[in-house]
Amino acid sequence: MYKILEKKQLSDGVHQYKIEADLIANKCQPGQFVIIRLDEEGERIPLTIADFDRDAGTITLIVQQVGNTTKRMAEMLQGDSILDVAGPLGNPSDIKFYGTVVCIGGGIGVAPVYPIARALKQAGNYVVSIIGARNADLLIMEQEMTDISDELYVTTDDGSKGVKGIVTVPLHNMIGSKREINYVMAIGPVVMMRGVAEVTRPYNIHTVVSLNPIMVDGTGMCGGCRVKIANENKFACVDGPEFDAHKVDFEGLMIRQRMYQDQERGQQCGGNCKCQNH
Amino acid sequence: MPKSLKHKMPEQTPQDRRNNFNEVALGYDETTARAEADRCLQCANPFCRQGCPVNVNIPAFIKHIKNGDFEEAISEIKTKNSLPAVCGRVCPQENQCEKFCILGKKNEPVAIGRLERFAADYARGNKKKSESSAQDKTMGEQIGKVAVIGSGPAGLTVAGDLALLGYKVTVFEALHAAGGVLMYGIPEFRLPKDIVQHEINELRNLGVDIAVNSIIGRTFTIDELLNEQGYDAVFIGTGAGLPNFLNIPGENYNGVYAANEFLTRSNLMQAYKKNATTPIYKGDKVAVIGAGNVAMDAARTALRLGASNVYIVYRRSEQEMPARAEEIHHAREEGVEFKLLTNPVRILGNEKGWVEGLECVKMELGEADLSGRRKPVEVKNSNFVLEVDSVIIAIGQGPNPLIQYTTPGLEVNKHGNINTDEQGITSKPGVFAGGDIVTGAATVISAMGAGRKAAESIHKYIQDKKKID
Ligand SMILES: Cc1cc2nc3c(=O)[nH]c(=O)nc-3n(C[C@H](O)[C@H](O)[C@H](O)COP(=O)(O)OP(=O)(O)OC[C@H]3O[C@@H](n4cnc5c(N)ncnc54)[C@H](O)[C@@H]3O)c2cc1C
Ligand SMILES: Cc1cc2nc3c(=O)[nH]c(=O)nc-3n(C[C@H](O)[C@H](O)[C@H](O)COP(=O)(O)OP(=O)(O)OC[C@H]3O[C@@H](n4cnc5c(N)ncnc54)[C@H](O)[C@@H]3O)c2cc1C
Ligand code: FES
Repeated sequence: MYKILEKKQLSDGVHQYKIEADLIANKCQPGQFVIIRLDEEGERIPLTIADFDRDAGTITLIVQQVGNTTKRMAEMLQGDSILDVAGPLGNPSDIKFYGTVVCIGGGIGVAPVYPIARALKQAGNYVVSIIGARNADLLIMEQEMTDISDELYVTTDDGSKGVKGIVTVPLHNMIGSKREINYVMAIGPVVMMRGVAEVTRPYNIHTVVSLNPIMVDGTGMCGGCRVKIANENKFACVDGPEFDAHKVDFEGLMIRQRMYQDQERGQQCGGNCKCQNH
Repeated sequence: MPKSLKHKMPEQTPQDRRNNFNEVALGYDETTARAEADRCLQCANPFCRQGCPVNVNIPAFIKHIKNGDFEEAISEIKTKNSLPAVCGRVCPQENQCEKFCILGKKNEPVAIGRLERFAADYARGNKKKSESSAQDKTMGEQIGKVAVIGSGPAGLTVAGDLALLGYKVTVFEALHAAGGVLMYGIPEFRLPKDIVQHEINELRNLGVDIAVNSIIGRTFTIDELLNEQGYDAVFIGTGAGLPNFLNIPGENYNGVYAANEFLTRSNLMQAYKKNATTPIYKGDKVAVIGAGNVAMDAARTALRLGASNVYIVYRRSEQEMPARAEEIHHAREEGVEFKLLTNPVRILGNEKGWVEGLECVKMELGEADLSGRRKPVEVKNSNFVLEVDSVIIAIGQGPNPLIQYTTPGLEVNKHGNINTDEQGITSKPGVFAGGDIVTGAATVISAMGAGRKAAESIHKYIQDKKKID
């Protein structure tokens, strides 16, 4: 059992959990994830390790409520326990000195970008961060990102905070002003990651995205997380989750993410929830 | 019942069973078991034992059954085979013990597998003495500490054997449940999960610790286990878990599964149950590619999830099908249709990305290949489309590379299987391996046989080391 030591709400439907998991905290690196199962009847879902504290033996998860399991998790309280937390899974991010790096997080994607951006900063990079959300209320971790970035841009779809528009706007501007960019890391909804890939592609800027296909085991055993990378199937859980954005088949990824949409919808939320998947 | 034939084992009727996940074969009762045991000729030089990868004393345990000494029967089996309830159900007996039975020359061989199952089920139903005596043996001082990676039949065998010798054993399992393929792969209707859990609980009773959610290579590395955590030796029994794909167009359409994913969702995650939280896509017309045990299990699971047509698509012919004879027979009875000498070339999908069909080409048998099987060759212009809304790929699994990548000094072959000698000794001191990770996908009993040998090697290694120290 893995105890929830702290829980707090970050925005509408997004919660942060600090969880007791000393073995994982001891080992994990930025870019890795865990697979959790809430109870005996639960399904296995992957969640990125958004932060960790090796001394305290804790990991932090930031979870957006989108369906059955994430909703049930949102109902859990401080002091409750999660039955299974397995990890750390996936390959760590390639942290080294690149020069100027741009770290882009969209929506809940800011959470997994944070430990990577922090590690890139510690590796001596000049870190430009771009974080975006649909509106100001949904923006998360602005303070944390400010603390570890040399420059920070905020975008909202409705202009309620920062630049009006999507995260690619500041990126475009930087490229337009001929600033040298050595590395781009983008995590968020698939359409956003595809958008970033299209912006950097013509300039050959090394761009990495972290993919989130549907997973079961997370150990390479089921093949459910397969994604075409440069026309070859890779298993995101063991070969990724980070891949060269310019080689990813984003259309295929989006189609496969919808595999259980009807079933999950009928089964769980009856269409009355706030999940963006209807 | 003529003496020339095996006693039939009661089964659910095909009509009933294709609508439920309960066990298909129901097992012998005492009278039938004793009558079947009576068919055994008690050969002085029993050939059946040569066919058993763990060398169970078959005539001896059968004699006990004949005499009604069922507890003696199970004690006899358990000296060689720690998972008889499992093996009695899933071993390919027709290629092993029963193949060599002298009765089989003219008539049907003795139903050794069914008798093994009977003895194991009897013992489970009637708390037996063999267990408690086994427990006593572990009460003494612990003579060393061993880490076992993977809780499939290979790992469980090593854990059981070494615990009996007095070692402190911890089994590390990546998934949330122990049992390996026995839990995630083989369906409930063939191997009830409470039987597997019963066997695993017996190991716990012997003092074996089972640490789930522990991915070796990630949570810990083998070097950490040996150098930092004080394990004297490590056994790797991580199986053949990495599913192969066909590399034909359309494999990523929705509705296409690797059999491992389909079976894991249904078995381990129990998606076949009504209110399961884990979803599974239930095709109406399902093509399963391959003809091994994995393919039969996927096909029969698809039927039970409500498919109206299930096809086995296999590029070779009837004789080459690698599945157990009984599974092929059961699948046929339940209505699975066999498209033999048929090779898939392309999966067709609609504009929304869902499977609509499987394009195949007919095959014919040509010259014999290296494996001695006649090689299938395409019949020109014989392409046709099988209308299906789901395709399940069951063409084999390879080794998971995680341990190889994170363990310097561990030699593997070109396929990524770990190199060992006959005794399960790897290139890295203190590290042993066995089961599917060494041989490639094989059988439960061969994994157990390899586990037994490795346990002997580990025992010897640790005791020799202690002498030098
Ligand atoms: C490597 C990885 C890291 C992830 N990290 C995080 C994280 O840190 N925080 C977070 O909130 N979420 C994260 N996700 C996504 C998270 O796993 C899914 O939101 C979760 O599985 C949904 O479960 P559910 O039962 O609540 O919803 P379901 O009822 O299963 O699904 C609701 C809807 O979400 C879609 N969905 C299901 N699984 C996924 C998925 N894996 N990715 C995208 N959509 C999905 C379904 O198609 C459905 O329409 C990550 C996914 C991966 C693969
Ligand atoms: C669907 C199906 C049906 C089958 N039917 C039959 C049958 O009827 N008869 C028969 O004899 N054989 C059958 N087999 C084959 C048989 O199950 C295998 O040969 C046997 O299970 C191999 O045993 P093993 O111990 O080597 O590995 P496995 O049973 O594969 O167990 C390996 C375990 O190691 C774990 N693991 C992997 N990597 C790690 C890691 N890094 N850290 C921690 N744990 C890890 C896995 O999660 C798994 O639990 C079938 C196989 C399948 C898939
Ligand atoms: S999640 Fe099963 S192989 Fe990646």
